Amino acid sequence: MANTREIRRRIRSVKNISQVTKAMEAVSAAKMRKAQSLVTSTRPYAQHASEVLSYIARLPSIDSELDALIQIRPTKRVGILLVTADRGLAGGFTSNVLRLTASFMREKRAEGLEVEVVTVGRKGRDWLLRYDPVVRAEFMNMPDSPTTYDVSPIARVLIDDYLQGVFDEIYVIYTQFVNTIKQEPVVEKLLPIEPVEPSIAMAPDYIFEPSPEAVFDRVLYGFTEVQVLQALIESIASEHSARMVAMRNATDAALDLIDSLTLTYNKARQEGITNELMDIIGGTVALE
Amino acid sequence: MTIQVDIVTPERMLFSDEVDMVTLPGSDGQMGIMAGHAPLLSTLDIGEIMLHRGNEVEYIAVGGGVVEVRPDKVNVLADVAEYAEEIDIERAEAALQRAKESLASNIPAERRPVMAAALRRSSLRLKVARHRRRRRERPSFDGG
Repeated sequence: MANTREIRRRIRSVKNISQVTKAMEAVSAAKMRKAQSLVTSTRPYAQHASEVLSYIARLPSIDSELDALIQIRPTKRVGILLVTADRGLAGGFTSNVLRLTASFMREKRAEGLEVEVVTVGRKGRDWLLRYDPVVRAEFMNMPDSPTTYDVSPIARVLIDDYLQGVFDEIYVIYTQFVNTIKQEPVVEKLLPIEPVEPSIAMAPDYIFEPSPEAVFDRVLYGFTEVQVLQALIESIASEHSARMVAMRNATDAALDLIDSLTLTYNKARQEGITNELMDIIGGTVALE
Repeated sequence: MTIQVDIVTPERMLFSDEVDMVTLPGSDGQMGIMAGHAPLLSTLDIGEIMLHRGNEVEYIAVGGGVVEVRPDKVNVLADVAEYAEEIDIERAEAALQRAKESLASNIPAERRPVMAAALRRSSLRLKVARHRRRRRERPSFDGG
């Protein structure tokens, strides 16, 4: 039977692991709550911006250059904005979003399209560099509560690439936050913008200052930015809840392991005592 | 007659209430808007938004964006915006100093517009933040 000292050492180390995972769970829980409260905060802006964009897009007087931003052109090259985390230890969080990315890329290539990726987060970048190095740009070390200040370089890269014809279509792949135990990787089209039906609240006729193009440009940029921001926030909320659940499972598993090890330890201890007793009894019997 | 004003930034809903008049930094100049204004879509410059309610005026610093005006409603889509009360004066002063120094020194030409914008933003912040001080002093003054 395993010796008792060995088992005692294992119990101690598993206990330490459970303390670490428990602490990580608590940290993730706090970060998740913060990120969760941000998830809905971009909605009013996105709503207004998409209404204004769609409205201007429908104006007959708009010149052809602007059309390029919203109208579908023949697609040859596809851009993907891949949002992942910088860190691991979050259960299936990273692998789920990467699996979707891989299948999406296969799909697009099967259609004969070229694919390039702009990554946010170290995990996605590392994975791409290892298996499929088509990284166009990379962004890392995003803060836990990103602002427009953090996402505006990303939006700039995407819009510039789109306008210069590097990409004909741009998609964003990120993990959508459904609830604490459910997160789903999704693909969404970022550019060209597909006009939605503006709500009836928009007036029929606007004065433009300085010009429809200038307003459109500004809103388009803001809208793309807010969509990137939203993807980032959702991904962060998902990451922390995935990590929280993973760490809770790890803590539970560690506690189970401690229980079963304690049982083994007690058995071994008892066996040792029994053996010793038998030795003593055997000794006295032999003496008689 | 009041007009509903919503000020949103990508990060949050900053303001949503009825006011008598709102003054905005349009890219073609300052504009005051009251209820019944003709529909208008305009870009915004870096500047201050003034919300007039009775005798009170509320100040918001805005760093560019777009405004949509309807007869009964004003939607401001701001890139960044903050209340005068929220402005960190020390930080704004430090940023202003930094921007001034780097503009005075030999920085690469492509960095110049960035620093010039930073200079405008921080000096605007300080200007808007001053309104807060003035407003705070007033109640005790009236009381005396």
